[in-house]
Amino acid sequence: MNEALEILFTASFWVAAIRIASPLIFATMGELICERAGVLNLGIEGIMVAGAFTGWFTVYMGGDLWTGVLVAALTGAMFGLLHGFLTVPLGLSQHVTGIGITLLASSLTYFTYRILLPEVSSPPKIEPFQPFAVPVLSDIPVLGPTLFNQTPLTYLAYFTVAAVAFVFYRTPVGVAVRAVGENPSAVEAQGISVTAVRIGAVMVGSALMAIGGAFLTMSAFNSFFFEMINGRGWIAIALVVFGSWRPGKALIGAILFAAFDAYQVRLQQITGGVIPYQIFLMMPFVLSIVALVVVARRATYPKALMIPYQKGER
Amino acid sequence: MDANNGQEAEAVLRLTGITKRFGPLVANDAISLSLKRGEVVALLGENGAGKTTLMNILFGHYTADEGDIEVFGKTLPPGDPHAALAAGIGMVHQHFTLADQMTVLENIVLGTQPLWSFNLGKGAAREKIRRLAADYGLEVDPDRMITELSVGERQRVEILKALYREARILILDEPTAVLTPMETEALFATLAKLVAAGLSVIFISHKLGEVQSVSDRVVVLRGGKLAGERKTADATRRELAELMVGGQLPVNEIGPSSPRECLFELKGISTRSLGGAALRQVSMQLRGGEITGLAGISGNGQAALAALISGTLEPVEGEIIVHGEKVERWSPGAALERGLGRIPEDRHATGMIGDMSVAENVISEAYRSSRFSRFGFLDWKAAATFANDIIKAYDVKCPSPDARVRLLSGGNMQKLILGRALDGDPDIILASQPTRGLDVGAVAYVHARLIEARDRGAAVLLISEDLDEIQTLSDRILVIHRGQLSRPSLRGELSVMELGELMAGHGHDEGASHAA
Repeated sequence: MNEALEILFTASFWVAAIRIASPLIFATMGELICERAGVLNLGIEGIMVAGAFTGWFTVYMGGDLWTGVLVAALTGAMFGLLHGFLTVPLGLSQHVTGIGITLLASSLTYFTYRILLPEVSSPPKIEPFQPFAVPVLSDIPVLGPTLFNQTPLTYLAYFTVAAVAFVFYRTPVGVAVRAVGENPSAVEAQGISVTAVRIGAVMVGSALMAIGGAFLTMSAFNSFFFEMINGRGWIAIALVVFGSWRPGKALIGAILFAAFDAYQVRLQQITGGVIPYQIFLMMPFVLSIVALVVVARRATYPKALMIPYQKGER
Repeated sequence: MDANNGQEAEAVLRLTGITKRFGPLVANDAISLSLKRGEVVALLGENGAGKTTLMNILFGHYTADEGDIEVFGKTLPPGDPHAALAAGIGMVHQHFTLADQMTVLENIVLGTQPLWSFNLGKGAAREKIRRLAADYGLEVDPDRMITELSVGERQRVEILKALYREARILILDEPTAVLTPMETEALFATLAKLVAAGLSVIFISHKLGEVQSVSDRVVVLRGGKLAGERKTADATRRELAELMVGGQLPVNEIGPSSPRECLFELKGISTRSLGGAALRQVSMQLRGGEITGLAGISGNGQAALAALISGTLEPVEGEIIVHGEKVERWSPGAALERGLGRIPEDRHATGMIGDMSVAENVISEAYRSSRFSRFGFLDWKAAATFANDIIKAYDVKCPSPDARVRLLSGGNMQKLILGRALDGDPDIILASQPTRGLDVGAVAYVHARLIEARDRGAAVLLISEDLDEIQTLSDRILVIHRGQLSRPSLRGELSVMELGELMAGHGHDEGASHAA
């Protein structure tokens, strides 16, 4: 039992937790932006797959790592544009469209992978982002080595949370995005285009999701596998609810979930096969359901979430 | 009228020949209208006369099929709310356009700055809002969430939104529909200040009294057409009413009541919440031969009371006594069995099933009775006969018993509900908002039927947010506030202002409330 607790006090555990959290942070912030604008984006899972592939492939073809991130973001934005076009001006069901986007994006990605790399048996590798110790900050005891000895993409994830919070609460465009998810007619009545704000938000959100996918192939690992997103997109959707649609709380949720995940891997090693490993695999998900039940029941959701806005004609 | 400007009558707004069609319906038919500086024009008309459509065209929500709009001498591009805002038009919609989980300030500044900026400029905005609020009597805390505000305060935010953008022309769509009498007074005071500052106001309403007290000029619309235009000072109430209705205003005579025994009684009833307030320790008696009116601002427990009486909401505590007998299990079925006629609040959501036929809808409360079945199968012939009887007796305009209910107008739908509810002469009648959204003719018809039911000895509970209606019909008036009832008052005992005080929660007893 002591052994199980000691894990929590090792730096390597927390380093792993933060690493596992990073793609979730991107994805959760992306979903949060979409939903705050009133559009549920179930395309998240597929958009992450697409971002993971295009980012990685750019680097594999000789591109710079940051160029890869940019390409992933653009890929995400394009799928976001498609989702936005179908759900905002056309007002189609956000559930159905989102699932369609997930199927399209992931299948298209696997297809493209097979077409472009028909002959590989073991997945080709790239040189991924390396950990970078931030001067000064990484010297802080305890926190320094865990938070500030990560890859640059993790730092970008931290920055994303701060940026989303700042834009939402401190800038005119953030007020417009939040208002469009609360009551689109409030935005329309003030002379701003509901369609433009919503599509813009879905594109930016989808770009972040794709970067979250790219984190896996360009920072956590160094190659692209099928099924590597493995439900992380769906988890991000739950994390948005867990975080009551607030960036700070969603960040905490992402780190908590990641910590559960990192913990179960280590627990498996200690118990040495006495308990079936599936039990441990299940743990983060069970705990996230429990957390959702406890935390999210009284959450106030964006009032216009999933309600298409049709201007003018009656 | 404005005197400090050289010319006395400078038109700030001119609508010329505005026409708008929705399919075969002509909502606006070649309407022209002008507005001068410092003037209040009332746009008077019944529901469906085209008032709101006209204003939505002006504001750019709809695009007119024909006609021009000129603001301060410049043509306004159609279908562009942004252009309307920039031209100095501010609109306060009947259904507020506010984002609830955001602050007053955020709602007001939304769209007033360039979107791409790193600064909301909250300090300066807060200052400007405070100044405007003080100048025009629109006090509201800029940092509160919209959800925390009362309806009257939300309306102030809507007006502030327009003033913050330096609007010179303010359009108010049925602004008093949701206000208490005191809030209405305050709104009128604000309007007077705005006009004194040189703004022009278009005031949309179907209430004659208001129109007369607030406007300089009245423009009357009827059936999408301009029916007439009068200086308020020169027009009589009767003349305006006739212009609005297009003929004589139907008047119902209501004689003195002859109260009988109590038919329905609630004793110490509490319920859970149903969206609005929950009922707390409510007691009331409904007597035969009387109309009991329940006044109150929407959301104060009317929905819970109506659901309780119709049997769809179970009480947490308390007793229900019908015909002097305590009822153990009250349910919609039990309510029907004991002769309760129900006119539900929302005819589209709970009153009728739009995609089913007239015949199917009229038997929906009684399809199990032997009257509509033969050997356990539905007897469609009997149903059609019944539907035809209602259509004839209640003067419902509908092609046949097979017509979809969705295709009927609100008034005709309400007549069907009335026919269904009053069939078999129920002695307890629950009428929730029975005339909401109906035109004057249909309103008079519904009122006449309710009076008729009362005169034959039924106990009628009338739940309404329209104080005029309550005062006209009720022999006895109760006011509901936060789920509690006031003491009952008799017809004519309390003035509008006194009722308004009760609606705002002044004078309610703490703890148990009683009505006898």
